[in-house]
Amino acid sequence: MTAYILQRLIQSVLVLLAVSIVVFLAVYGIGDPIELLVPPQVSAAERAAMIRRLGLDLPVWQQYLSFLGSALKGDLGTSFVHGVPALGLILARLPATFELVLLAMSVAAFIGVPLGLLAGLNPESRPSRAIMAGTILGFSLPSFWKGMMLILLFSVFLGWLPTAGRGETVFILGVPTSLLTLDGLRHIALPALNLAIPNMALMIRLVAAGTTEAMTQDYVKYARAKGVRRRRIVGRHVLRNILIPVVTVAGMEFGSLVAFSTITETVFAWPGMGKLLIDSIYHLDRPVVVAYVMLATLLFVAVNFFVDVLYAALDPRVKLTGDMA
Amino acid sequence: MRNPIIYAFVAGTCLLSAPAWAQSLKIALSSEPTAIDPHYHDLSPNNALAMHIFDSLTKQDEKQKVLPSLATSWENDGKNRWTFKLRQGVTFSNGQPFTADDVVFSFCRTLKNETAIAGSFADITGNFTAVEAPDSHTIVITTKAPDPVLPNFLSGVAILSASTLPHGKLTFDVANNCGVTGKWPVVGDFNDGKLAIGTGPYKFKSYTKGTSIELERNDKHWGPAEPWANVTFVPVPNAGPRLAGLLAGDYDVIENPAARDVSRIKDDKRFGYVITPSTRVIYFQLDVEREPSPFVKTENGKNPLKDPRVRKAMSLAIDRDAIIKRIMDGAAEPAYQFLPTGMFGTLPNPPKISYDPAAAKKLLAEAGYPNGFQVTLATTNDRYINDSQITQAVAQYLTQVGIRADVDAMARAIYFPRRSKKEFSVAIGGWGSTSGEASSFLKQWPATPDEAKTIGGSNYGGYLDPEFDKLIRTAIVTLDDAKRSELLQQAGTKVIEGGAFIPLHFESSVWAYKSNLTYLGRADQFTMAMQVKPAK
Amino acid sequence: MILSKSVAPTVPDYADTSLRKRVLRRIKNRPTTRGAIVLLGILLLLALFAPFIAPQNPHDLASLSVMDNRLEPGSQGMTGITYWLGTDAQGRDMLSAILYGLRTSLLVGLTSTAGALAIGVLAGLVAAQFGGAVDAAIMRIVDFMLGFPSILIALVLLASIGRGVDKVIIAIILVQWAQYARLMRAAALVERRKEYIEAAVNFGLPTRHIMLKHLLPNSIGSVLVISTISIASAITLEATLSFLGVGVPVTQPSLGLLIANGFEFLLSGEYWIAAFPGIALVLLIMSLNLVGERLRRSFNVRG
Repeated sequence: MTAYILQRLIQSVLVLLAVSIVVFLAVYGIGDPIELLVPPQVSAAERAAMIRRLGLDLPVWQQYLSFLGSALKGDLGTSFVHGVPALGLILARLPATFELVLLAMSVAAFIGVPLGLLAGLNPESRPSRAIMAGTILGFSLPSFWKGMMLILLFSVFLGWLPTAGRGETVFILGVPTSLLTLDGLRHIALPALNLAIPNMALMIRLVAAGTTEAMTQDYVKYARAKGVRRRRIVGRHVLRNILIPVVTVAGMEFGSLVAFSTITETVFAWPGMGKLLIDSIYHLDRPVVVAYVMLATLLFVAVNFFVDVLYAALDPRVKLTGDMA
Repeated sequence: MRNPIIYAFVAGTCLLSAPAWAQSLKIALSSEPTAIDPHYHDLSPNNALAMHIFDSLTKQDEKQKVLPSLATSWENDGKNRWTFKLRQGVTFSNGQPFTADDVVFSFCRTLKNETAIAGSFADITGNFTAVEAPDSHTIVITTKAPDPVLPNFLSGVAILSASTLPHGKLTFDVANNCGVTGKWPVVGDFNDGKLAIGTGPYKFKSYTKGTSIELERNDKHWGPAEPWANVTFVPVPNAGPRLAGLLAGDYDVIENPAARDVSRIKDDKRFGYVITPSTRVIYFQLDVEREPSPFVKTENGKNPLKDPRVRKAMSLAIDRDAIIKRIMDGAAEPAYQFLPTGMFGTLPNPPKISYDPAAAKKLLAEAGYPNGFQVTLATTNDRYINDSQITQAVAQYLTQVGIRADVDAMARAIYFPRRSKKEFSVAIGGWGSTSGEASSFLKQWPATPDEAKTIGGSNYGGYLDPEFDKLIRTAIVTLDDAKRSELLQQAGTKVIEGGAFIPLHFESSVWAYKSNLTYLGRADQFTMAMQVKPAK
Repeated sequence: MILSKSVAPTVPDYADTSLRKRVLRRIKNRPTTRGAIVLLGILLLLALFAPFIAPQNPHDLASLSVMDNRLEPGSQGMTGITYWLGTDAQGRDMLSAILYGLRTSLLVGLTSTAGALAIGVLAGLVAAQFGGAVDAAIMRIVDFMLGFPSILIALVLLASIGRGVDKVIIAIILVQWAQYARLMRAAALVERRKEYIEAAVNFGLPTRHIMLKHLLPNSIGSVLVISTISIASAITLEATLSFLGVGVPVTQPSLGLLIANGFEFLLSGEYWIAAFPGIALVLLIMSLNLVGERLRRSFNVRG
């Protein structure tokens, strides 16, 4: 186990290194940030001074090495646009995104898993088919369109919920959260719902497919033949068996939502990380983009690691060994 | 009322709380300031915010006319020396009195500003050879070259309080740190408000990036008191949710709702709106230099954009009024020059460019292109109002006279770096005049670049007109207003006749608000709480 | 027999008929599926023959008039043409734009899903089969790709190789293959530890044979569940990229770009610009998914 973890750690570092190089080059490849930062009327001398200050006059590999040097000391660079450390800029936005995704995934799981079971146990029944048709709708509508519809319905026509922003927050252990105030909950409701809908649909489909398949497996048939109650079969055997794909997908989705709930955050002006990312990309704010993608990768590496460990816990057939033999 | 004392008391509290509107104001912004530091980046949202907390020596009114602010009057010796008389009895929000020292300190800071984005006010103060304070309320500025628009530009340079840093005798001696003994502040130092000490009508309260900026009324402000005790700015970048927020009652004022959405509040008694023409002109810049040009395809292999007849034909082929009516929803004014008529140095009667496809076809035939040619119009899709739609409409009009136009719409992150590398043949552009003078566009876009790139920095199309260059170079160092205006008009006429820039329209800005308020729109597109008053 | 499970799947109901007949019978049995097939067929035909059916060529700027823009459904244009579904901000006939957009969206959705599926399944399979360093390398590349923002990929492609439908397809493949790889590996890993595979290995069957004949068919099920949905998500991703301004060219709108454009007009009451392409998109995806779901169930006889 220790060897396995060590090996994964080394791999993760390599991934981070590769990501930093590729992102560095990618932002470089889009365009020269100076053209967006510095107004055109600025004199050549001042412009050159600015380029020197940001280190953009050096060859790319030198820029990268100096970035790497400071990154090893924990300094991921200073935002071109805001002039403050990129890492701080990102971390300040983390709580907002995290609570949004947490709420969305909880909603998706609490509604999605029971509905999926329902649909999977009686796949031919009318309600099941309605649920499955509903999941297709849940996927079909682009996030920005759905968000706008939610705003139109709940904010403009009904006037129940606010349209944008985070609302009142309180500090829990030094972290601001809007889950504990009424105003905060009112603000988070729509963006969380918007994020939850496609994930709910995904959960339903995965659980339903898994359940239908599990119900035809031999062990279920035996259990039924032995007269085990249906509820017990579902609860003990079926649910446990379908958890693996659900956990995999939930883990992946959690990661990608935390990293890239960009559209929802943009539509609802939710002050999270996704919005920061898109603004930074559009301004070619390379330090922020590089730091951001590195953090996101770190998150995915961590999530995948946890999922692999969870596999081992849920399915004794999967062994965690250094060489995966 | 039986008890006269209670009666008096109730009446008294009524008086005290009489202005029921004297409470808070919530304004939704389309783009968020990038910092609280007023010297950090010369951007409209930053400058608009700075003007709440800080004053400058001068200020620009809603039509960009220069007015006194911390300076009550100024004069020029006909050459390089400007004398500004400072306002008496002004105090900063921390109680310190405002004197000439603060002005010297602030000018120094723009030059000792480690984190600033280039061009953020240092280009103004960098032109100073000396700043002296003969007494506590007089400032004498000497500039390298004569700078007739100095008072206009000084309206953007926020005055900080020298009391925020330890210092000895303050002098404009940048090489020797101006007498400051402490460490000059960087942009991040302003975000918690400790250094955000100004003389402006509001005080800094809190700033949470991406979420809100909160201000409160500065009761020590020298001018008339503002009606709002608290002002909150909330960034809501998307126009739809921003307007929806106004409709739902979340915001009191929103900037830049989409003009087409104004129809939604037009007949709603709960809301009002104002459409104000701005100085931002939208145009196409043509490559008139290269042979051939990368995005033009002709039968003869030449660059037709070099021919003035072709350029004129292109301009005549575009129906500006239709674009304004159908795409801009009326929130724009047709442009026949590069700054709205009436502003300093503009033509009082620029020749109207009417939509005339027949004449355009004739000119194309005369120029040797009876079958037109192929061209790709490059445009941003996230910078100017409806930029990509405007360009598509222009492409439609050009195609109708035989110029088969395609559109390449891209994000500004791709567009601006490519344009500066001269990768386009026909490129959209937008320019707002910070000084409010015609020189702003003329010296930047059509002028032939000088070595220091202080003029002609955006002449990506390679426009070359020696006569025009002479006119504009003379104009920008002519202090005599009448003479300068005359020179700018002549220079402007040359550019219009040259046709290398096809003006389309001036953007108008829209603000929408609750109907118990009024809003005075500004030509510089700034959104400020000072423009909001309770409706009578 | 341990191997019977994969080599000769148990076929309880239709043991006497061929696979094709079974599938066809299953499909014909269900009215919803029949409806979906008919609908999908109609949509495919419409997309295929769009140039012959559409009243206007929406990609040809010369045939558009700004003066006809944002007209209500059923309006008469300046040239006498009737816009049955209204026009967009550019004066494009929405009906024609939807027909052409259907083409673009289908092309993007199908091509990119096929590409991503092929790459992802192969990568996942190889990772699960070989394990060790190969697995680690592939899975870390997957981690890498999942952490990479799709808009950044699209922007880089746009800046380096220019704008076009083909570039959008490449971007979507680059974004999506990693998810398949991960899912495929998870499923194949579970399958690989089953006795019949171990038996096959012990039999001395060649690795390629085990991978393609046993591992692939038995573990691809859960990936296909996702893939039926993912044509939809590819089309949605394309729409999102277009919404962010880095999608297909503005002069050749897909359904996604049409919706994205219409997004700006929701509040001003010009619902048709976003609504009709939205309906077309939902119909397309619903029918794709229903048919795909049915096919999966029919082929996946164990299920």
